[in-house]
Amino acid sequence: MFELLGIPPQALFGQLLLGLINGSFYALLSLGLAVIFGLLNIINFTHGAQYMMGAFVAWMLLHYLGIGYWWALVIVPVAVGLTGIVLERLMISRLYHLDHLYGLLLTFGLALIIQGLFRNQYGISGEAYSIPSQLVGAQNLGFMFLPNYRLWVIAVSAAVCLGTWFVIEKTRLGAYLRAATENPVLVGAFGINVPRLVTLTYGFGVGLAALAGVLAAPIYSVNPNMGADLIIVVFAVVVIGGMGSILGAIVTGFGLGLIEGLTRVFYPEGSAVVIFVIMAIVLLVKPAGLFGRTA
Amino acid sequence: MPETADTARAAATAADGAPLLAVSGLTGWYGESHVLHGMEFDVREGEVVTLLGRNGAGKTTTLKAIMGILAQRKGAIVYEGQELIKLPARAIARLGIAYCPEERGIFASLSVEENLMLPPRVRPGGLSLEQIYALFPNLEERRASQGTKLSGGEQQMLAIGRILRTGAKLLLLDEPTEGLAPVIVQQIGHTIKRLKQQGFTIVLVEQNFRFAASVADRHYVVEQGKVIDTIPNDDIEANIEKLHAYLGV
Ligand SMILES: Nc1ncnc2c1ncn2[C@@H]1O[C@H](COP(=O)(O)OP(=O)(O)O)[C@@H](O)[C@H]1O
Ligand SMILES: [Mg+2]
Repeated sequence: MFELLGIPPQALFGQLLLGLINGSFYALLSLGLAVIFGLLNIINFTHGAQYMMGAFVAWMLLHYLGIGYWWALVIVPVAVGLTGIVLERLMISRLYHLDHLYGLLLTFGLALIIQGLFRNQYGISGEAYSIPSQLVGAQNLGFMFLPNYRLWVIAVSAAVCLGTWFVIEKTRLGAYLRAATENPVLVGAFGINVPRLVTLTYGFGVGLAALAGVLAAPIYSVNPNMGADLIIVVFAVVVIGGMGSILGAIVTGFGLGLIEGLTRVFYPEGSAVVIFVIMAIVLLVKPAGLFGRTA
Repeated sequence: MPETADTARAAATAADGAPLLAVSGLTGWYGESHVLHGMEFDVREGEVVTLLGRNGAGKTTTLKAIMGILAQRKGAIVYEGQELIKLPARAIARLGIAYCPEERGIFASLSVEENLMLPPRVRPGGLSLEQIYALFPNLEERRASQGTKLSGGEQQMLAIGRILRTGAKLLLLDEPTEGLAPVIVQQIGHTIKRLKQQGFTIVLVEQNFRFAASVADRHYVVEQGKVIDTIPNDDIEANIEKLHAYLGV
């Protein structure tokens, strides 16, 4: 059995895997934030709460209706995305003519309300959600065990991130989105319904958060604070990648997950803060973020 | 909506079959500042008319009002017999009016071809991509480039080419020759004449009246948000002194 710098390979690969898992969630969540910020110019502070809603709605579907994981994977992003569409139509859309700050305050307030409602109803102890039977078990790679469900999470996240990137960068719908991000007035003057594009984009970003929530349900305990804890790190990821950059969100999400994992191996004390240290350095050196366009 | 005398008159002229676009009593504001003070002009089908006037006269604002992107506007803008003043920009575009802004509005995050393909078809009868490339061969060579990497002249061709696909019948062109080299100005002049031959109706904003005289049927002189004179292109030589005075050249 070989060793690397005195670290047993099980520990190294184990932490790298954990890093990739965390990175999968960072990427999915920061991607949603980036898509929303790009078009709406709003920092969606409700994102963590919407991720938590995703996990909870999956749990509720199972608990109250007996609908399992595979259906939840489809139903939950659509259902939570629809609540996002209602929020955008009823409240967020009224703030577009105001400063960024108002959107931030509104979505932050909404996050507190949503988390409070769930805490009231379900407490903070958390609910269990088991791994679907098809994905129980692990692959023996010789040097480590790779749990099937974790492999699945990484694969789904990577596929959804790539698909989103493809749609935005390579399709006609994506061209509308990019153009409306740059100059919504002119895009409207071409006959495109920009307000509807904005609403659907918000719904899509929220749907991504909810999908992350469903994926997380069998790994972490489903509890009202799960989003609040994670979202702080995700905001740091978004700042590092560059506000509004799609590719930046994806690459930075996975990359920082890995860096965090490596830090846990080589300097465990630093693992909780490494992302924030990187954020501070990036802000000093390249304030627009690694992939951000400087205007 | 109570029908004003202006609305009624404009609607009546449109119903006669005469003008494609009739603007009357058009007023417009940016916040508190009153910019358009009762614009009156009309455009018949197949015509090229210009709005001539000094910087700040309100020409761009007039086009924005027609297109529905000037938030505060009042009066009557009748197109094919339909009142536009209350419609949102996207509905106006869908009726077959297309806008080429003064700043050109090329999207940096879109390639040349994506820029060309962006405006949706609103009516049948627009040019095909091949026809647009035949009109502007430079664009075809650079179809995969980032839109804003083109030269100023190429960006202007892109901005014009982009609205020819849509099937729009009325084109609003805001100073398409501004800041361009003479040979490119000439090419744009040829293009406008060809578009006229193909049946497009064009409202052209210009400060260069030599250029305007080479392509237009009629000129409206705009000053302080009003049309103060109308000069048929055939009479332009006789009115040259007056025009110099209007434009301050
Ligand atoms: N966005 C704006 N906000 C406030 N005032 C404006 C704006 N755009 C133009 N104006 C003012 O409106 C007047 C008319 O401008 P404009 O229509 O652009 O003139 P032109 O196109 O004839 O040069 C000018 O006095 C200009 O300063
Ligand atoms: Mg102007």
